[in-house]
Amino acid sequence: MSNAPVDKGRRRFLTVATSVVGGAGAVAVAVPFIASWNPSARAKNAGAPVEVNIRKAEPGQLIRVKWRGKPVWVVRRTPEMLEGLSKVEDRLRDPKSEQPQQPEYAQNQHRSIKEEFFVAVGICTHLGCSPSYLENGMGDHVDGVDSGFFCPCHGSKFDIAGRVFESVPAPLNLAVPPHYFIDDNTILVGEDKGQA
Amino acid sequence: MFKRFVEWMDARIPMTKTWNIHLAQYPAPKNFNMWYVFGFLATIVLVNQILTGIWLTMNYVPSADGAFASVEYIMRDVEYGWLLRYMHSTGASAFFVVVYLHMFRGMMYGSYQKPRELIWLFGMFIFLVLMAEAFMGYLLPWGQMSYWGAQVIISLFGAIPVIGDDLTLWIRGDYVISGATLNRFFALHVIALPLVLVILVFLHIVALHEVGSNNPDGVDTKKPKGSVPDEEKPKFKFHERFTNKKDVVDSIPFYPYYILKDLFGFSIFLFFFCYVIFFNPEMGGFFLEPPNFEPANPLKTPEHIAPVWYFTPFYAILRAVPDKLFGVILMFAAIVFLALLPWLDRGRVRSIRYRSLLHKLNLTVFAISFVVLGYLGTQPATPVATVFAQIFTFLYFAFFGLLWFYSKREKTKPVPERVTSK
Repeated sequence: MSNAPVDKGRRRFLTVATSVVGGAGAVAVAVPFIASWNPSARAKNAGAPVEVNIRKAEPGQLIRVKWRGKPVWVVRRTPEMLEGLSKVEDRLRDPKSEQPQQPEYAQNQHRSIKEEFFVAVGICTHLGCSPSYLENGMGDHVDGVDSGFFCPCHGSKFDIAGRVFESVPAPLNLAVPPHYFIDDNTILVGEDKGQA
Repeated sequence: MFKRFVEWMDARIPMTKTWNIHLAQYPAPKNFNMWYVFGFLATIVLVNQILTGIWLTMNYVPSADGAFASVEYIMRDVEYGWLLRYMHSTGASAFFVVVYLHMFRGMMYGSYQKPRELIWLFGMFIFLVLMAEAFMGYLLPWGQMSYWGAQVIISLFGAIPVIGDDLTLWIRGDYVISGATLNRFFALHVIALPLVLVILVFLHIVALHEVGSNNPDGVDTKKPKGSVPDEEKPKFKFHERFTNKKDVVDSIPFYPYYILKDLFGFSIFLFFFCYVIFFNPEMGGFFLEPPNFEPANPLKTPEHIAPVWYFTPFYAILRAVPDKLFGVILMFAAIVFLALLPWLDRGRVRSIRYRSLLHKLNLTVFAISFVVLGYLGTQPATPVATVFAQIFTFLYFAFFGLLWFYSKREKTKPVPERVTSK
């Protein structure tokens, strides 16, 4: 072995260059491991839209369907329920639905396309439980309100348009999924009108 | 014959040396009390979890279609399957019992203080991994509580601004909790996290054996070299690794003395452990919750969701806050503050025996808050319960704040030179 003097600048350059190239390689190798956790192509396909037949829905009835594995509710609201909507507004967090929890066509007082039919994802915006539909037992949880949704997990309360009440853990109104009326008797959940 | 075998081995691997350094000639303070048994018990429970866990995987089917039925199959048809499963499910709760007591021991006697900060930190990481283990393991039976419990916990990450929703999607691998989630949790539960856990336990013990155990008096049992006259040194042979640089006092070898004490503690532990396994495996719904005897149903949430008892103190803190993000932050802060204890406690006196009345009160209130929060976490969130949860959450955090304040100029009692037990 020769005892030539050490070229420190060269050694430093090689150390840094090797570390950078090696580090980039490590990052590249991490990509497949991390990306494999994303929903698979099969899981994405299973997220296709679903049709809901509302012809036989009674006033006050809630129909539950599964879309992307989540419960989606279609509630046929009675005139009394709709009347109650304006009475609770001073007790709501977001009475005018300003947060992006619904498509534009549902950004109104009744949060739906037709007043009568309320479509929503039945998952609490707090921690993902499915609230209970209380057709006329809501008075136990909110004074003077007859019907609404109550989450049994942490006590979040929503009115009959899925608008969240103040001072409960849930931060947002219930989400309204994209949907439209194919005809008078059928709703398609999971797609906006005119979308391919 | 045996002697020649040992010699043959020792020439090739440090077998006898390791035995001596870590057991037969390892000096442990002679004044340990029963609080010092829980580290040993935690190790035993870890072995139990690994062993029964491996056996359970032999019959468990990790899929959304097969999981629930395969657990029932283990319970009904596999020979002694019920015993293996109850040993595993009871072991999970037992793990947290002994770990919580082990941590409280450390808090009482100041075992986290300098120079044992790293031991405490490794311990906190063990605690974190343990919670992840327990949480993921609880999804595997695929019952109603498995499913909705996981739904709630994973949604916690949704509280993170901007990336929250994508992050929860990534963790689940689907738009809801599904077979994809179950399978990855299975992989993490049975191999990834146990590996990390075993490595952390190894590091915990390596760090402990480097500085040596604390003791109920919180005084050093390794004095400066040459400061102790020979007649005051223990009559045991300790490894020169310990005696070379320090004078070891008031200590006895870990083997056989403390092994024997720990085995006695273990036999007491077995009374409780076996009682639960054989007579009360569900422990009144605290170890195995009633809704979990129903298969997971993504469309219907059980009436009342509560995590298993060992998570309830932190769960109560989460619920006490009427804001999602802040609630999540506070819940994690409850653990982070514990991890920072070595730096929040600015005192030099370790053991509670010689610390101020204020500190004794503070620690007592902290322990009570933890237990009360644990109870509240099991109860439905009524308005009254929420107010109580808020009060005790405040007291929980007040412990750390107060400690930081008074520990700098605390009025302590004189600390003895040597341990007090004869």
